[in-house]
Amino acid sequence: MSSTIPSELRYTETHEWVRSQEDGIVTVGITDHAQHLLGDLVFVELPEAGRVVTAAEGCAVVESVKAASDVYSPVDGVIVEVNELLADNPELINEDPYEEGWILRIKTSANLEGLLDAAAYELIAIDEDEDEEGSLTNAKLAG
Amino acid sequence: MAKRTPLYPCHLALGAKLVDFGGWDMPLHYGSQLKEHHQVRNAAGMFDVSHMTIVDFPDPDPTRVLLRYLLANDVARLYPGKALYTCMLNDSGGVIDDLIVYDRGDNGYRLVLNAATRDKDLAWIAPRAERFNAAWRERHDLAMLAVQGPEALAKLEAVLDAPTLQAVRASGRFHAVESGGAFIARTGYTGEDGVEIMPSVQDAPALWNRLLDAGVAPCGLGARDTLRLEAGMSLYGSDMDETTTPLVSGLGWTVAWQPPERDFVGRAALEQQRAAGAPQTLVGLVLEERGVLRSHQTVHDGDREIGFTTSGAFSPTLNRGIALARVLAGVGDRCQIEVRSKRLSAQVIKPPFVLRPA
Repeated sequence: MSSTIPSELRYTETHEWVRSQEDGIVTVGITDHAQHLLGDLVFVELPEAGRVVTAAEGCAVVESVKAASDVYSPVDGVIVEVNELLADNPELINEDPYEEGWILRIKTSANLEGLLDAAAYELIAIDEDEDEEGSLTNAKLAG
Repeated sequence: MAKRTPLYPCHLALGAKLVDFGGWDMPLHYGSQLKEHHQVRNAAGMFDVSHMTIVDFPDPDPTRVLLRYLLANDVARLYPGKALYTCMLNDSGGVIDDLIVYDRGDNGYRLVLNAATRDKDLAWIAPRAERFNAAWRERHDLAMLAVQGPEALAKLEAVLDAPTLQAVRASGRFHAVESGGAFIARTGYTGEDGVEIMPSVQDAPALWNRLLDAGVAPCGLGARDTLRLEAGMSLYGSDMDETTTPLVSGLGWTVAWQPPERDFVGRAALEQQRAAGAPQTLVGLVLEERGVLRSHQTVHDGDREIGFTTSGAFSPTLNRGIALARVLAGVGDRCQIEVRSKRLSAQVIKPPFVLRPA
């Protein structure tokens, strides 16, 4: 499985991407690799704007047909906006993970240099693709 | 190495996402589980279910006696060409497996059992079959394809001759037609009309490809699970197992109590539980707010924990979280389900979740 990893973004080991904007605001979503692993998304639990978060803290939940998965804040900061469109259209994350499928915006003073760059994240994604050839944790399916 | 069905190369060619299921490499989906689900509800889809265990009993008379003892439903209700859904119980009334038995007239009976339970099923059946002098053999030489959906029968024009298709149409649900070595049953695991075809291993790939060319969408085990759940059909190992009886699993309707003199394995235990009143019941839950339900979430009635979900999913048809749950008998029409430390309210219903005109 090959997935898109835009070179201008920063990444976490837990499959979030981060795009920095002006005024110390960053946009956060989950990577193309992550949405591939999850499969069709059917529900997104969004936080309230104004919530203070610390790096690696769970701040949203994405649920696919297969499993629920936490979205972790990549940085310390305050959530200033969430993508309300996802409430009715969780599939935006599958269709366009880096643009329309963004999840939240955080105001932060953190330096993004500590996060992974595209090359480093690609190594993690490739490793996982190889591991994934095995079994599914949610093995109770049908028949 | 994992076992592979004769359609494995077809799945690879279609870019299926494969998963291990009960020791088999099976397709989970071919790109989008949701699209496959809708395809079956709205048109026609097909599933490779060749991993399931097919066992033939060629001798009708000894087998009838055996199966009337071995199965909780009564094969005396059958006639040639008719199918029956039943549980196979242990002495405590726990479910060893659920299965479909087909009456093949002079050719005896055919059982279709789950893949994951194959070894224990056959170990349970073998000594009892021997005691009743009923010969049997597993049909490794057969594959199995389920073609399901409102357009399923129309699509079969691509693979069946006109008289056979006419016979399938005329046969009705839960009947099977045998023609020229093919076995075509109006059964399935989606709640839709359709068939399960059991061709030879050699013929299976050509059959699959002709259906594909006719516009039948390939569908994986992921869609199969959400379709069966919407239809209120039980999944062995999740909704019932050896520690639960049919009476606490929403399967009381599959137990043939009449005639009272028929002695079947588990009967005494079931009668005792029925007399005392089954302590639990299997119900359907429909989430009233946004979210997804999963198995093993606790169910509450106010302060009281009353049970847990046995299967849960997001219903693509209803656009809601749904679940089957084993709860205390006497549950009301509302409850709460704990999802990530939050209580979400749900409506209690009698399955199925999605109704289909027969």
